[in-house]
Amino acid sequence: MFLAVRDLRFARGRFALIGAVVAMIAVLGVILSGLASGLADSGISSLRALPVTHLAFDKSASGELFSRSTVTRDTWRAWAAQPGVREAEPLGQQLVHAQLSGPGGKQLDLAVFGVRPTGFLAPAPATGRPLSADPNGILVSEEIAKDGVKVGDRLIAGQADTPLTVIGTIGHASFGHVGVVYAPLALWQKLHYGLPGALPPAATGQATAVALRLAPGAGTAAIDHRLGTRTVGKAGTYAASPGYTAESSTMTLIRGFLYAISALVVGSFFTVWTIQRRQEIALLKAIGASTGYILRDALTQVAVVLLAATAAGTAAGLALGGAMNASAPFALKTGQVTAAALLLTALGLAGAAVAVRRITGVQALTALGADR
Amino acid sequence: MTHPTPAGTPAPDSTAAAAVLRLTDVTLRLGTGQQQVTALDGVGLSVAPGRFLAVTGPSGSGKSSLLAVAGGLQTPTRGSVHVAGVDLTTLKEHQRTAHRRHHIGYVFQHANLLASLTAREQLLLPAHVAGRLDAAARRRADELLDAVGMTARADRRPHQLSGGERQRVGLARALLLAPEVLLVDEPTSALDRARAREIVELLAQQTRAHRTATVMVTHDTEILDAADHVLVMRDGRLT
Repeated sequence: MFLAVRDLRFARGRFALIGAVVAMIAVLGVILSGLASGLADSGISSLRALPVTHLAFDKSASGELFSRSTVTRDTWRAWAAQPGVREAEPLGQQLVHAQLSGPGGKQLDLAVFGVRPTGFLAPAPATGRPLSADPNGILVSEEIAKDGVKVGDRLIAGQADTPLTVIGTIGHASFGHVGVVYAPLALWQKLHYGLPGALPPAATGQATAVALRLAPGAGTAAIDHRLGTRTVGKAGTYAASPGYTAESSTMTLIRGFLYAISALVVGSFFTVWTIQRRQEIALLKAIGASTGYILRDALTQVAVVLLAATAAGTAAGLALGGAMNASAPFALKTGQVTAAALLLTALGLAGAAVAVRRITGVQALTALGADR
Repeated sequence: MTHPTPAGTPAPDSTAAAAVLRLTDVTLRLGTGQQQVTALDGVGLSVAPGRFLAVTGPSGSGKSSLLAVAGGLQTPTRGSVHVAGVDLTTLKEHQRTAHRRHHIGYVFQHANLLASLTAREQLLLPAHVAGRLDAAARRRADELLDAVGMTARADRRPHQLSGGERQRVGLARALLLAPEVLLVDEPTSALDRARAREIVELLAQQTRAHRTATVMVTHDTEILDAADHVLVMRDGRLT
């Protein structure tokens, strides 16, 4: 640290410059982490919150499973009777267009989750009454409530202008960036088929998937084969949320490039710095400093710059992210922010370590001016 | 005593016994094939504690190579280099570095001070490198700064010092760990006459005060009278 600290003080302009670059990368890292988390929440928070271990879809469905799968009453009953299955209930999912009742009522998009009103999937309302209280009642998430929808409001939804009554609210829940509402399964079926009047008997025995709570280690392959389903673990269903996979991979790619650029920028700076210090390094070797001593000193210098700049950048990113929170899908999670900061520091150190390896090649003889 | 010895022969026993720096039949060839040059050709030399040897000669005669080999910065093609009783040619590079740290001080042509350190910190650097940065080292640094007349400028950085002041600091830095051998490379090349005289007299004085075996290479014939002995180097040979 003897030289490292004094160099930092002496060449503070140069180190402030690279520090500012690293800090700005840290700001971007925090913002991208927040956006990635926010987009993920906006895409799959409702799936994450489902009290299930697996979902069983129609085996012929692929890709966006929630819009392509249909399962029947026989299927969820059969699933409920299988060994290792603790709970099995129908789950309906449908994106519908709705409008608040009354002249000039606000138009809304709803991600409707249809569940048995007294089943294990039915959420406990944060305010208002439970689903079992009203066959046309729905529980709206905070995302819908933010649009001005409140308990007691009436909506008209779907192609058949199905009337809905808001009887309660739940916390945050969205699916494919659309606010979620919970509805009784029979109401969901009306919205799903969009037919006026009573539904045909076959339609009343259908849902999107079978929601499962399986005992640990319970096998599903044989049951799937027998019942014509495809069982997916809860986390596996996230990819079925509209746009989730594309968004996640895009954000991961951007962040990957950001960190790679960071390592290259830090590495480049310390390469130039090390080349500029050739004569000083030669002098240190000539007066008896080991290569290890010089490397330790140089890497300490890098670590100080990276840690200070990353900390400052992360703090600025958090402040900026907090301000963005209302206008963008943005969610900051301590673990992710810490991981992003550590990754930035580690990659910067790796880049600099490659750069300062040049120290090993400097000859003490240079101090005598032998190559002048 | 300070002695040149005939090419290819060791120094006389009486000299060798007292010498802390002894080069025996040292040859250094640089390059390969047609490009090969002989920088040192069977050089023998021994310097006792408290003696100040000046080596002069034209450019390219091998003066800097002599300092490089004597300090273990370069390994000779042939011959031995004893510093404080250890033959540097038998040591690995990291061992030579460690031996240099404790037994050899270098004073460089342009002082070679580190831009970020104050004059006092330049002196403390070798102590930190050697893991001996304690109160005693700080006291000795202050004593040496006083001895070279730099106490009042101790908190200045190199760009705030004159060429002569930088050389004084360089000399004091080389003496901090009380090396047995002091190797000095063209210390007056960037100085005017008065400053050059001042520095070389300081060198002679410090050599006696600290009983170092000092070897100075220089082009400057006007400062040679400060040395105890003067040798001339031509085509890699000492005469």
